Amino acid sequence: MALRTPLFDWHVANGGRTVEFGGWDMPVQYGSIVEEHHVVRQAAGLFDIGHMGRLSFVGPDALALLQRISTNNAATMKNGQVRYALICNERGGIRDDVLVYRWPDAWSMVVNASNRDKIVNWIAQYTKGLDVNVRDETTATCMIAVQGPQAMTLCRALTDTDAEQLAYYFATAAHYRGRNCIVSRTGYTGEDGIEIIASADQGLELWEELIRRGAKPCGLGARDTLRLEAAMPLYGHELSEDIDPFQAGLTWAVKMDKGEFVGREALLRRREDASLPRRVGLEILGRRAAREGSTVLLEGRPIGHVTSGTVTPTLNKPIAMAYIEPGHTTPGTLCTVDVRGKIEEARVTPLPFYRRPKG
Amino acid sequence: MDPKTLRYAKSHEWAHLEGDICTVGLTKFAVDQLTDIIFIDLPNVDDLVAVGEGFGEVESVKAVSDLYSPITGDVIAINEKLETDPTLISNDPYGKGWLVKVKVEPGTTLEHLLTLEQYEKQIASEEH
Repeated sequence: MALRTPLFDWHVANGGRTVEFGGWDMPVQYGSIVEEHHVVRQAAGLFDIGHMGRLSFVGPDALALLQRISTNNAATMKNGQVRYALICNERGGIRDDVLVYRWPDAWSMVVNASNRDKIVNWIAQYTKGLDVNVRDETTATCMIAVQGPQAMTLCRALTDTDAEQLAYYFATAAHYRGRNCIVSRTGYTGEDGIEIIASADQGLELWEELIRRGAKPCGLGARDTLRLEAAMPLYGHELSEDIDPFQAGLTWAVKMDKGEFVGREALLRRREDASLPRRVGLEILGRRAAREGSTVLLEGRPIGHVTSGTVTPTLNKPIAMAYIEPGHTTPGTLCTVDVRGKIEEARVTPLPFYRRPKG
Repeated sequence: MDPKTLRYAKSHEWAHLEGDICTVGLTKFAVDQLTDIIFIDLPNVDDLVAVGEGFGEVESVKAVSDLYSPITGDVIAINEKLETDPTLISNDPYGKGWLVKVKVEPGTTLEHLLTLEQYEKQIASEEH
């Protein structure tokens, strides 16, 4: 049976349509996905992201472990800093994309729901001989995201920390109604906002307070269209065990000079391999949306496939992310996509499709 | 159209027969499930459609679904307004949001389709 966050009953009682996602029963929408999408772009949306895996690393060798299993350099992080990283297999393929948090006396990591067990088991293989205690705190805690241009003002004095003082991709320990929580200036929507991790039993009161403050609940459907516009990769779509970070356009999250890490040798080779497909953005010039699996063609010849696609609510046109042969990835390149048997014109487009206006 | 007088396919299309012209649409239940309909692909006039066979697709933000014909016959009209305004189907699925009109053979009935009561039972079992 699928897992449930502390907010599951609230979702069902409030019109949330739930689907199984990454082993969890999660709300995909409460009403219109398009309206929920616009709320996040224009005001403030609220997301139950309790399905995301939350791991903690305590002990003198925590840094050594993180350096070993992830591609980014944790050693240069400041206290409270959050950094995107990949966990690779020995072939350089991506096992997961994660956020690493540095605390004064510990580290933590947020992993994808669908990969949580896989990553916990993977990490266990690399803890032998190290003095570090890895704990899975997912079910003991809840995680809620508030995203949108009004998110920061709406969250004023929500906790005893001033979240507006947090730089982007920084987090702090705080208190919500007297109890420990974490406030992190991160998100998966392309908007400003915070993600809050609190005790599981505070989830409902925190959620309801945020609604009273004006945040509107949004489901995973809007989260998907938002992240697609922002060109953020989604594991299982743009990222997989067979795709390496260079192909995915995530070279910036791989620090080859930080020392040995799992997958580094393979990545040294793959970095030089000019034959591997690359992630690109596509704008479909017709009305129909290309979806995952649609074939991308150049002059009738298959050159790749779509990994995610929708009609973007902000730009009101079909967009997609795809992996295509290198050599055709220059923005402006015209191609076609086989959308369920009908050929649609398309154009390679720079990513992201949407970038929030600087405030 | 009054939903009580319509007949229904399990795949959520409704049918209304008047003489030898059958009007076909998508039920409110289906429209509400889809939400955010952005595109409707319909057959061409003069196309032949057949019971249970796909005749188009309806695309929402999250997914695309096939449309299945509840009736056999020749398409004599399609709702061209849906091309520029797909929200018609969300806002008025039994009226301005109709999909196609099909000319059927003499003697054709809708007896193979569900009544409203039967259809409502089916959707009650789909909801959870």
